[in-house]
Amino acid sequence: MVEFALPANSKVLPGKSHKAPAGAKRVRTFKIYRYDPDSGSNPSLDSFDIDLDDCGPMVLDALLKIKDEIDSTLTLRRSCREGICGSCAMNIDGTNTLACLKPIADIKGDVRIYPLPHMPVVKDLVPDLSVPYAQLASIKPWAQSQTPPPPDRERLQSPEERAKLDGLWECILCFCCSTSCPSYWWNGDARYLGPAILLQAARWIHDTRDEFTGERLDDLEDPFRLYRCHTIMNCTATCPKGLNPAKAIGSIKEKLAERRF
Amino acid sequence: MTPSNRPLSPHLLNYKFPLIVLLSGTHRATGVALSIGTLLLTYWLGSAVYGPAAFDRASGLLGSPIGYLVLFGFSFSLFYHLFNGIRHLLWDVGWGFELPVARKSGMVMVVCTLVCTLVTWAVALSH
Repeated sequence: MVEFALPANSKVLPGKSHKAPAGAKRVRTFKIYRYDPDSGSNPSLDSFDIDLDDCGPMVLDALLKIKDEIDSTLTLRRSCREGICGSCAMNIDGTNTLACLKPIADIKGDVRIYPLPHMPVVKDLVPDLSVPYAQLASIKPWAQSQTPPPPDRERLQSPEERAKLDGLWECILCFCCSTSCPSYWWNGDARYLGPAILLQAARWIHDTRDEFTGERLDDLEDPFRLYRCHTIMNCTATCPKGLNPAKAIGSIKEKLAERRF
Repeated sequence: MTPSNRPLSPHLLNYKFPLIVLLSGTHRATGVALSIGTLLLTYWLGSAVYGPAAFDRASGLLGSPIGYLVLFGFSFSLFYHLFNGIRHLLWDVGWGFELPVARKSGMVMVVCTLVCTLVTWAVALSH
């Protein structure tokens, strides 16, 4: 259901404020969503003043500086710091993106950092992603076939067949797109698969080595799983890898329409 | 700590939506407006069944300044939903998913909507 306000236990309260060290010249304020499951209280918005002359260029650099030097309890996921692992996906300056790829210089005014939208929060910037992961498992994200592979080599593809996977295989499953999609927010209970999972579904539907295209399409032909996509296109607008989940979903809808004729 | 106690992260009111997303939201809003507007149209036509007095009252209501404002909104919603519906049909055949194209088609849709709405009212008011 469409809901505008947050539940009572999720309202964000004002939090602590940490001032910049004396003598700092280029100071930026980072306002960061904090939630401690052990405290029993509501989430809050803490503010940290950071000297940009003493900090790396990306939002992730600032977050790690805060964790290292100011408040070690700040909790976030991160790993590769170069946009390939998808761990540090969060809502920065009102848009979902990867903290490691987002330059601080791109943001005007205070830097507001929240967890990925409309997700249960485990702690601070760490959302519970078990629903999208379960949805990913539900589309069987691996090659399925009945015919045995050639005994002496891999299943081959022509360059044209391989090109169909471009724009699909690059997805790093950061879930920036799914958690930016109003339809995903409001068709909860895991019924709508959301753009990230549907792009994965498209990746296997368009793979010529996969022999279960029909079964995959059968599984998606459902008012909720696929057709809750209303081409809002926030997924494509937000993807930090520059992919186009809206187009991938459109390609599935086209495949479904084609096989009816 | 059970997962059901976990707070929900901020969403709608915390997101900076790009223009194309707002256009999609407007499509939904105009759809709702069209449903209500159609009820209003039915009321106007239906009032004729109850005789000239009832019809005059309904016509007077719709012909009042506020009635005009509502009708203007209704006609805007009609054209918006029509042109954005065509945009949706183009997406359905696989055209125009690239962001620059989607932005441009959105702009074209808005211009078509405004022109058609204004021309309709210019023609209606000149009679």
